[in-house]
Amino acid sequence: MSGPLHNNPSEANAWTRRSFLHTGLALASASVTVPHFLQRSAFAMPTYAPGMASIPGADEDRILVVVQLSGGNDGLNTVIPFRDDGYHRARPTIGLRAADVLELSGPGARDVGLHGALGGLKGLYDDGMMSIVQGVGYPNPNRSHFASMDIWQTADTSGTGDGWLGRYVDHQCCGFGKGESGRAEGAVEAPLAMGAEAPLALTGRSVKPVTFESPELFRWAGVDARKELGDAYDRVTTTGPTADAEPGSAKSFLMRTALDARVASDTIRKAVGVEPLVSYPGTELGRQLSMVASMVRAGMKTRVFYVSHGSFDTHAGQGAGAGQHANLLRQWGDAVRAFYADLKAQGNDSRVLTMSFSEFGRRVGQNASGGTDHGTAAPMFLFGPMVKAGVFGNQPSLSDLDEGDLKYNLDFRSVYANVLDGWLGTDAGAVLGGRFRATKLIKG
Amino acid sequence: MATTNAPRRRARAGVLTPIAADAFGEHEARHLLWRAGFGGSPGQIAALAQLGPEGAVAHLLDYEAIDHPWPGAADFDKDIMRPLSAEDLRELRVARQNRNEDVVAKYRSQQMQRQRADRAQIRAMGEWWLGRMIETPRPLEEKMTLFWHGHFATGYRTIENSYHMFLQNQLFRRHAVGNFGELLFAIVRDPAMLRYLNNNASRADDPNENLARELMELFSLGEGNYSEADIKEGARALTGYSFDDDAFVFRPGDHDQGIKRILGESGRLDGDGFVRAILGRRACSAFIAGKMYRFFCREVPTDPREMDADARAAVDDLANTMLRERYEIRPVLRRLLLSEHFYSDAVVGEQIKSPATLVVGAVRSLGTPTRDVATLVAALDAMGQALFQPPSVKGWAGGRSWISTSTLYTRQNTLAYLLTGRKPTGFDLRGAEAYDPKPLARALVGDPKTASARAFGEAVADFVLGPARTDRAVEELSAVGERAGRVTPTVAADMVLLASAMPEYQLC
Repeated sequence: MSGPLHNNPSEANAWTRRSFLHTGLALASASVTVPHFLQRSAFAMPTYAPGMASIPGADEDRILVVVQLSGGNDGLNTVIPFRDDGYHRARPTIGLRAADVLELSGPGARDVGLHGALGGLKGLYDDGMMSIVQGVGYPNPNRSHFASMDIWQTADTSGTGDGWLGRYVDHQCCGFGKGESGRAEGAVEAPLAMGAEAPLALTGRSVKPVTFESPELFRWAGVDARKELGDAYDRVTTTGPTADAEPGSAKSFLMRTALDARVASDTIRKAVGVEPLVSYPGTELGRQLSMVASMVRAGMKTRVFYVSHGSFDTHAGQGAGAGQHANLLRQWGDAVRAFYADLKAQGNDSRVLTMSFSEFGRRVGQNASGGTDHGTAAPMFLFGPMVKAGVFGNQPSLSDLDEGDLKYNLDFRSVYANVLDGWLGTDAGAVLGGRFRATKLIKG
Repeated sequence: MATTNAPRRRARAGVLTPIAADAFGEHEARHLLWRAGFGGSPGQIAALAQLGPEGAVAHLLDYEAIDHPWPGAADFDKDIMRPLSAEDLRELRVARQNRNEDVVAKYRSQQMQRQRADRAQIRAMGEWWLGRMIETPRPLEEKMTLFWHGHFATGYRTIENSYHMFLQNQLFRRHAVGNFGELLFAIVRDPAMLRYLNNNASRADDPNENLARELMELFSLGEGNYSEADIKEGARALTGYSFDDDAFVFRPGDHDQGIKRILGESGRLDGDGFVRAILGRRACSAFIAGKMYRFFCREVPTDPREMDADARAAVDDLANTMLRERYEIRPVLRRLLLSEHFYSDAVVGEQIKSPATLVVGAVRSLGTPTRDVATLVAALDAMGQALFQPPSVKGWAGGRSWISTSTLYTRQNTLAYLLTGRKPTGFDLRGAEAYDPKPLARALVGDPKTASARAFGEAVADFVLGPARTDRAVEELSAVGERAGRVTPTVAADMVLLASAMPEYQLC
């Protein structure tokens, strides 16, 4: 990227984009092929010093981090109705004894406790930074991992269509039907997923998520071997779709992704190259959340981050106070705890709401392999100083079951609705395509 | 009814019309070799074109005619994860009862050693398979083996038994272009699958629904073509289907002997009865035909109602062929690979290469050194196609899901590694061999020294990018030669490297 830009006048258009990449100034043409986050200088340098608190009153400083628990987390062994005899009858070997449960205080918490491996989350709960919502699900539950995950990620019980957070970004950027060029006030950046694959939740109609796994792989190494090719590589990766690439074709998609990758690469590598302010557990989730915290600290304007943890598909040998499920829970709780310690040290904790969910809970009764099969309703979790601390909603009955599964009390879209209107400040009805009474979990 | 349907049927029958012999040239041969294999050199493409459509397809599809050693069971250690003997089990049980920590610790450490050795063996298997894809004279055999691995997706990390993964790989290779029905009967007896979907512990008094559900949802019928009741009944039919060491066993004591009703069939159905009920459904051939169409042709929706008319008609035709041929896969593939539709603009150059096709195709078509196969296997993981470890039982979604801002860099960097020996973290001493572009250059233009930069740029764009080439690609590639003044081997290698980093290189 260093050296003379280039001297071919016929490439003037590319020149403006390239210098834009260098300086972060809004010199880019308003061509529809340029992603919105580029037009809005998404990956530009921060406008305020990293580590400073947010700009007062500026809505766009609010961030949502989704930590997805993939594979179907066993809700009953996470938030545990340990005073209910029915629980111990249904789970003779994998049920947790009272001694292995962390009791909770505060509203709604009398009859439940956290799994003993969740010391990290217990700390957040005691600090007033954790909200547990009981018995969350949706009508006619689907017990297929993929179908149910699609339902959660699209916020649609048919499991089809765009992702709910992709729709949110679309809505903020142009309003539905306004087309790619009609940017609105309050438009937000493309969401960012940690991992190899972009989750459906972040995939909208016009905005594609940025996905990112590891910094050293996030650039082209060919130029290290052959510096002579640097300018040509810049041209073919920073101009977006060419005239002979049909809109909507795979080729056009690839050209646009190459441009997205290029812009994201420079900014993100710079952000995550900084040591975190606290130490994180040496787990994959810890690594991912530390990078999210670094990107927040660097002042990147991304508002939605997405990470996954799992697999929680514990059909066999899931264990009780210790074992497979306990390990997964510990990794989750410890990483989220470190994440908030880091954000607090940065002065950014009040800007970041974190949400955790799983595609379904598991069956009430354990199976013959010392595990649990796919079930239905389960708790959801919100973290951050802005949440109302406590346990909300009702724990579904362990005796009044639907074919061995819990009956849900609350539609998950009621929680999404509160996140959308109470935190991200958008019209939840328009994004969710229907009215869901928001469950008030966020203060103010 | 008959009058309105008649013309539509004719149109449907017409969609897979065979391609005329004189319409089959090098462009078509190049396309066929990328889709039914992993691409090839200019010489291989020319030779295939010479055979004409029927000969070329037969060369790829009737591959038994080509001699190639069957992978030997002796290649891998089958005893690493062998269960403890009855004697050992007794010793361990007694030690536990007596709290004899030394003996318990001995077994624990043995177990950990075995798991370590087994993880090393699954890595070696990934290298072995990728190496086989690179070297095989029967590319379609490996490509279909990979297709079935993605279809009956089973992950090593869950089953922790590399030899079972190897046995399953052999099963897929044996039935690669064989009979789908036989494969379905075999998969409910496959130790890796039984373990992966927890059927080995499924008993009459406590059936596990995992295998029954995925058998219909992902392996044969697709969502919407069965009910939750079919799953519950199917799970009963599969109770007692288990394995002992490396072999399938049926445990009559665990099997539910009662009457079941699955997909409209009633009786004392066992796993075979369940599979027969599935194969009796029209939805089965339609589902498999759709999956094959997506694998070989292009990305279309799973639901036939959402496909464009051409895709729907093609899938319908393939499904009919499959039924007529009693689930034989070879005639279905032959019909597809010989069809005009397969060589039409809608299909050619429109597919995003899978990571395996990208890597294997680069070595086979560009003639790069293979370098360090372990690095290439790790690159496949990073690009989202870990061999023996699909992301879930759903397999790989393919198409645009392969591409993200992150995997695009990994793809470019893997090609840069193959062409230069350079990794993002620096040169790899094990792979320091230089790429020699001269054979490719000579095959493209004869004597590169006498070719103009423009002519050579055109030739590289045509061969390396094929129908996905853009005007810009030709300009940029030619400019590399023009700046140098003449086409030296360094210039030729630079052109190939630049082409490999272009967005359109991801297409085939």
